[in-house]
Amino acid sequence: MAQAESRNQTPRPLSPHLQIYRWTWTMAMSIFHRVTGVALYFGALVLAWFFLSIASGPEGYAGSSWFFGSWFGYLILFGFTWALMHHMLGGLRHFVWDFGKGFEAEERFLLAKLTLAGSVGLTLLIWVIVLIAR
Amino acid sequence: MAENRFDTGTSIRTPMARARGLGASGGGTEHFWQQRITAVANVLLVFPMIIILAMTVGRPYEDAAAIMSHPLAAILSALFVISIAIHMRLGMQIVIEDYVHGKGAKVAALLANTFFTVAVAAASLYAILKIGLSPLL
Repeated sequence: MAQAESRNQTPRPLSPHLQIYRWTWTMAMSIFHRVTGVALYFGALVLAWFFLSIASGPEGYAGSSWFFGSWFGYLILFGFTWALMHHMLGGLRHFVWDFGKGFEAEERFLLAKLTLAGSVGLTLLIWVIVLIAR
Repeated sequence: MAENRFDTGTSIRTPMARARGLGASGGGTEHFWQQRITAVANVLLVFPMIIILAMTVGRPYEDAAAIMSHPLAAILSALFVISIAIHMRLGMQIVIEDYVHGKGAKVAALLANTFFTVAVAAASLYAILKIGLSPLL
């Protein structure tokens, strides 16, 4: 490795990184899928905390209740809902591809746009229903 | 028969390696397949889970504990936690393998990934079982 580096006096061409590419819907939704996946990964801690707070009794539950009742808690839960819906629809998009369909240019862009529109729509729908039903 | 036979004359892969079909990873398509199985389970479980959580979050302790101790809520929650934990581990493994290139750092990150997902699942399942079984105690 060290030998190879010393011999390379001229910088070798590198493959372009993200900021070089023109943004496309498919690229953006691919990134969104990964980012929401990572967010949900750490968001699972919030779910575990909620379960544990009930298991620990009324005092522990009061702590999580205060958090989820605060504006910050609402923000977290709203973001969690959107990330969940977006990652789910992104996954369903992958299922379409797994069956060998949806690879045409038009179809790919339509699926990408539907993923974002669907995730925003489903998130708002869930929150309207939950807030009305409660 | 002969048409689809692997050309052993130009490949250094052994017939046994070919027959096993596990490739360089040693795991074949298992990672992909487990990711898809848990994805299907997650899609099926996520809306019942949202309903359970929406009925619970922000409610007085007695109401929340009563809902979570219902067998349906406890079983669905446990299944959801198991499915997402496996899915999380597989997904983060891909992310780590994409971005962490140092051999030591990669092994450490993959180990941390496994520990984190198992710990989240264990803690959640402990809580779910404790709530679910508490009416019996």
